[in-house]
Amino acid sequence: MVILLPIVAALSCFLWPGRSIWIGLINTFTIVLSVAGLSLQVVEQGAGRYAVGGWEAPLGIALVSDGLSLLMLMVTAVVGLAISVYSSCYFNQDKARHFWPLWMLLWAALNALFLSADIFNIYVTLELMGLAAVALVALAGGKNSLGAAMRYLLVSLLGSLFYLLGVVLLYHSFGTVDMSLLAQRLESSPAVWAAMGLMTSGLLLKTALFPLHFWLPPAHGNAPAPVSALLSALVVKASFYILLRLWLEVFPVASFEAGQLLGLLGAAAVLWGGVLALRQTRLKLMIAYSTVMQIGYLFLAFPLASIAGWKAAVYLLLSHALAKTAMFMAAGNILLYEGHDRIAELDRVAQRLPMTLGAFALAGVSLMGLPPSGGFIGKWLLLEAAIRSGQWWWGIVLIAGGLLTGAYVFKVIGFAFTQSNLPHESRAVPIGMEWAALFMAMLAIGLGFIAPWILSIMDTGSPFGVATR
Amino acid sequence: MSAVFVYSLVGIGLFNLGLYALIIYPHLLRKILAVNIMGSGVFLVLVALAGRTASGVPDPVPHAMVITGIVVAVSATALALVLMLRVSAATGQPELPEEK
Repeated sequence: MVILLPIVAALSCFLWPGRSIWIGLINTFTIVLSVAGLSLQVVEQGAGRYAVGGWEAPLGIALVSDGLSLLMLMVTAVVGLAISVYSSCYFNQDKARHFWPLWMLLWAALNALFLSADIFNIYVTLELMGLAAVALVALAGGKNSLGAAMRYLLVSLLGSLFYLLGVVLLYHSFGTVDMSLLAQRLESSPAVWAAMGLMTSGLLLKTALFPLHFWLPPAHGNAPAPVSALLSALVVKASFYILLRLWLEVFPVASFEAGQLLGLLGAAAVLWGGVLALRQTRLKLMIAYSTVMQIGYLFLAFPLASIAGWKAAVYLLLSHALAKTAMFMAAGNILLYEGHDRIAELDRVAQRLPMTLGAFALAGVSLMGLPPSGGFIGKWLLLEAAIRSGQWWWGIVLIAGGLLTGAYVFKVIGFAFTQSNLPHESRAVPIGMEWAALFMAMLAIGLGFIAPWILSIMDTGSPFGVATR
Repeated sequence: MSAVFVYSLVGIGLFNLGLYALIIYPHLLRKILAVNIMGSGVFLVLVALAGRTASGVPDPVPHAMVITGIVVAVSATALALVLMLRVSAATGQPELPEEK
């Protein structure tokens, strides 16, 4: 249901382009209701498995909803709701008729990806998601965004092909593509190592982990604001989700060194992304580099390889999705209001757009990891897992990242209070956009308050393995 | 050296050639063609290894996967070509613009 609805909506947007906005908004609400219904079902009955058309694996496509899938679906639905409300005010009629079908297709791909149970279906949904995302980036139309979209497309296709070659090797080694069957049949062999290396590299390219992050800042910095929010919040997290699933279910034979390598790359991403974010002069590019940095945090869970570490990474993922959406929406508001997004000339935004700046500040609080936000819970759990497993140096990286984030958030807020020397026209910002940004930021903070509930959902279907303590 | 082995090696070779071409050449059409060649390489490996069954009749599931893959590759190529046209119209030459 959650997959079929957005596809139908996308197709009907193509058929009746004049009514795109309404179709998109109605569809958004129905998807949110469907996800809520699915959540109730999973929370009460445990993990579910559904074979499409009645054809079971290995020939058919099965859909699985356990705790991890459910949380990803929920965060997609919440972010999707905010983006839809924001975009209904953001785009004029012309761009809207292109934006809404693409956004609905992207949503369909994301939902299908989070529910997939076999690695080949994940490939198909990954490609669909990539194509929709590229088309959304190109929507802004200028030379910069078209170049960024082309680069993103080539990178995305390269990553998918690496992933597909890994799928090929796994299928021919074990005769199935279903993830739970693979988990049972898997034995260590050179083909599996090759598959693991290939799939991991392909997915790292799509998740933009350092040093494969080169495509992300142009794409996220030049896309229209709601598109940037979608990309940073959801699309790069989808490939991370696949990587997580693979490492948990299919590759428990992963060596210690591979986990350490991912952790090192994550640490490098945190420091590199943070320093580069401080050096940016444009607000959206700064937020894009901030995404590069926050993705590094997620990979710090790999060398820890403990259930607490995985849960911490997922919690950081959820809070980052909400906070980054809020930040990009705030940046979009400022861009609309001022006509530019140079940080040094932000000209008293604090007085003129208080809700927007409040949203930006609250989102920054979550990114920094100050209590009581969701980011704080994630970082605390990760720090605890690091100390408990004896690898306390990852904790230092976490704290350094927090300081860097604080530096660039305060830089923007500082400039927002000052007056710039250049006069310029300002345009009114629709109130729906400001409320959407503030809503997402408040949710990011609120995620810190509902931590026990979220952590218990993560345990449904025990996707992280059974706890031994 | 059975036929299956030769085909798989050719597939991997195509994959590597495509990877090299994707990285080296700046012209966008060459990059798109390189991605297609990489895709063909992966599909060739997939289909070649399907011949390794005990009964001699090839396994049909990889063939279905390859057909799906071809459809995905066609749509991706279509999008890539349109983007290439737009980029060359915007910048005057069919290459990725230099990052500032």
